[in-house]
Amino acid sequence: MLVVVCVKQVPDTTQVQIDPVTNTLIREGVPFIVNPYDTHAVEEALRFKDRFGCRVAAISMGPPNAEATLRKALAQGVDRAVLLSDRSFGGADTLATSKVLAAAIEKLAKEEEVGVVICGKQTIDGDTAQVGPGIATRLNFSQLTLVDRVDELDLSGKKIRVSRKLEGRHEHVEAPLPVLLTVVRELNRPRYPTVAMRLESADAQVEVWDNKVLQLDVNGIGLKGSPTWVSRIFSPERAKGEMLGDGAHDPEGAAQLLIDKMLEKDLLAL
Amino acid sequence: MMPQTAIFTTLLVASLLFFCWSVYRRFSLLCYGQPEERLDQPARRLAEMFLYAFAQLRVLRKPFGLNHFVIFWSFMILALANGEFLVNGVFPSVSLALLPEGVHRALLLAFDAVSLLTLFAIAFSFIRRLVVKPPHLDSLYVKGRSPEAFLILSFIALLMLAYFGLHGSLIALGMEDPSAMPVSSLVGSWLSSHPDLIPALRNVSWWLHAFVLFAFICFLPHSKHMHILTAIPNCYFGALAWPATQPREKFEKGAVYGVGTVERFTWKDLFDSFTCTECGRCQAACPATITGKALNPRQIVHAIKTNLLENGDALREGRSGTLPLIGAEGEGTNTEDAIWSCTTCGACMEACPVLIEQMPKIVKMRRHLVETESRFPEELLNLFENMEQRSNPWGIAPGERAKWVSTLPVKPFVAGETEYLLYVGCAGSFDSRAKQVTVALATVLNAAGISWGILGKDEKCCGDSLRRLGNEYLFEKMALENVELFRQRGVTKVITLCPHCLTTLKNDYRQYGLELEVVHQSELIADLIRSGRIKLDKKDDSLGKIAYHDPCYLGRHNDIFEAPRTLVQAATGVAPVETERHGRNSFCCGAGGGRMWMEEFTGERVNHARVDELLAQKPDTICVACPYCMTMMEDGLKDKGAGQVRVRDVVEVLAEGLLRKNA
Repeated sequence: MLVVVCVKQVPDTTQVQIDPVTNTLIREGVPFIVNPYDTHAVEEALRFKDRFGCRVAAISMGPPNAEATLRKALAQGVDRAVLLSDRSFGGADTLATSKVLAAAIEKLAKEEEVGVVICGKQTIDGDTAQVGPGIATRLNFSQLTLVDRVDELDLSGKKIRVSRKLEGRHEHVEAPLPVLLTVVRELNRPRYPTVAMRLESADAQVEVWDNKVLQLDVNGIGLKGSPTWVSRIFSPERAKGEMLGDGAHDPEGAAQLLIDKMLEKDLLAL
Repeated sequence: MMPQTAIFTTLLVASLLFFCWSVYRRFSLLCYGQPEERLDQPARRLAEMFLYAFAQLRVLRKPFGLNHFVIFWSFMILALANGEFLVNGVFPSVSLALLPEGVHRALLLAFDAVSLLTLFAIAFSFIRRLVVKPPHLDSLYVKGRSPEAFLILSFIALLMLAYFGLHGSLIALGMEDPSAMPVSSLVGSWLSSHPDLIPALRNVSWWLHAFVLFAFICFLPHSKHMHILTAIPNCYFGALAWPATQPREKFEKGAVYGVGTVERFTWKDLFDSFTCTECGRCQAACPATITGKALNPRQIVHAIKTNLLENGDALREGRSGTLPLIGAEGEGTNTEDAIWSCTTCGACMEACPVLIEQMPKIVKMRRHLVETESRFPEELLNLFENMEQRSNPWGIAPGERAKWVSTLPVKPFVAGETEYLLYVGCAGSFDSRAKQVTVALATVLNAAGISWGILGKDEKCCGDSLRRLGNEYLFEKMALENVELFRQRGVTKVITLCPHCLTTLKNDYRQYGLELEVVHQSELIADLIRSGRIKLDKKDDSLGKIAYHDPCYLGRHNDIFEAPRTLVQAATGVAPVETERHGRNSFCCGAGGGRMWMEEFTGERVNHARVDELLAQKPDTICVACPYCMTMMEDGLKDKGAGQVRVRDVVEVLAEGLLRKNA
């Protein structure tokens, strides 16, 4: 059985700034990182590999330099890495993205049965959390989002039981395979690549599939296939705060003022 | 041949054969260790050997070391007497009496005197172990009151007693001249009044002397007393430069990283383990041991020896041993907890009388855990990712590196235009408290008219914590980037704020072919004070009584003890008060070796222990010269409810003095 993990290269948001004039992200010089949720997805796939001996493929849609993200997954131990890169994929929204990823997974499934697809719950640049569910829909897979624990993966019975982390509660659910999971950070602690794996991965092959391989209708993918687009990005203006007391000379008084203020605004529960 | 001679010769030959076989069995195991260059510069090595092995410089640092000094030199002198005894036993016609009369008499006098001295020294050793036993004599597996220790002491005492018994008898029989042997002649004159005892005592003493010597020869290579064979060469093979750094690793496919099995240590590491005589001085100095952590540097060395001996047969057969070096329970293995408890402060190495290097062995095992096993305390995952991704331990955006500058007139470093690069470091750039120190340093440098600049956003972390934590792969990546950056920018002279940056740029980057002139801020400023470029006429006493805490990486690792004290003295007119452990023997703040980024779950906190020691001096201000120490002292004082005591970097004290002068 093959486990497919979807990963994305995202700009390091701690280092992203918005150009106040053009209201666009200043991308220049900003380093890229692996979408943090996706690192947990990779880890869970590798745990399936450790436990059941299944193979793991990582796929990513992005520009050629997104190869670095896949190389990191290779260093952690995935068996195969495929970069989906083509000019016609560019400018895609979540719908067009999930079409390309689903097509790639279908292609992988022709070589080896895909039992589980794992995605991060969302990416930190788009924050939509739509691509995972979009893929599941297109593949007609069971769809379990916000997974924070996998209780059981039953390969012979072809079912999976997980815990979903919802606001204020957990949900224990079971679904038949094939399944798509989107995962939260609480799920696991990603492994740190050993030096041997890093050196291996440096020379490992990252396959690149363009649209000649996937053969998708160019009107359904990329910018052309995207019904949504970003009209504006901006940093919300923050109202100027107020200074309370004199923390340097009267810290206790200042703390008291702060507590009163928070009670007044109903920010503290008593 | 007399029957006595025949028996003696047989036993001697058997003992010597057993000794040689045992020594061969043990020392041939060194061949399984990795190569390491320890034979260069023989003249310097001989000098070190003379100082540490023969002059016992480090042994004598502790008062009781005098006792060892007496035993050691008595042993050296008596080696001649014992040598004569053995030769004479085989060839009765050969003895020291063949030497010129004067020389022979002088030797007899010396033998007699040092034998008595040794008896006293052994008595003191018994008292020390039985009555006033210091706690550091005990480790988990080797106890101060072990049968082995008493057996060795008893052997020595018996040899001395047998010596006096034998020579007293000979004097009483008129076969030796009493005038050269005052102690033996006392025994002799007592025997004269018991003539019936003389022949028996002569025989018993002679055979006792013989048997104890044989037993000693057989037992020696199997006991911790083996140090009498290894300590002298170990001082010869000792590190010529203080090992403040770790060796590079070669990163290539199929290579093995760090030390995960005992044969991955170098032969010198293994030789160290054969040299340790379990004196416990390292454990008495180790901040981890003292505060109740799993680590005891002495046990690390003991574990290496035990593991090597246990796995020796397997190694001879070309297999790896079955007793794991890391992670198992019991003797001969190291717990991961112990390996991660080290602050790399170097107190153990400073304490060891025979130059054993404990700390680098711990880092080598960390390398194995991080690079091969990918197993480390989970707090470190964030640190490693932050370092790799954002080149600072907190994961703050690199773009914010120069934010401390704010309104100060700070220039970028340009080769040819600015003399010094001020390498601010991560703490000085991002930590809010350390940023105040950076500003103070900038103020002082400007006041003294120093030409300096910064790299600003282009500055990267030096990688110190990574290297000490055993993440050598990532360290190397960062070191190579920095070396390239410094070369590109034409940096030759560097000022650092932090002793960890200092040691990394100065001692570690040298391995990458970058020779920089690196000074710690306190050194540079102390020079400016001495040359009169910084003058403080009005002394500032607003900080009250100041106690100075030596940062390990400034003091012990880089020999900078006076400079920071000079700054305090110049600003306040008074030298800082000293804690009991200071200078070379200073006690770590608890943050070195990457411990800054780890939780401290077991025992007392190291910084609490240090703060208590400093508070005993009743200071108003604690002075430090390292951002890690700053954090640890401030946190420690808060925890101890001593928030009224301030913590200042020495450069802040000076800057405040300068501001007051200008005001």
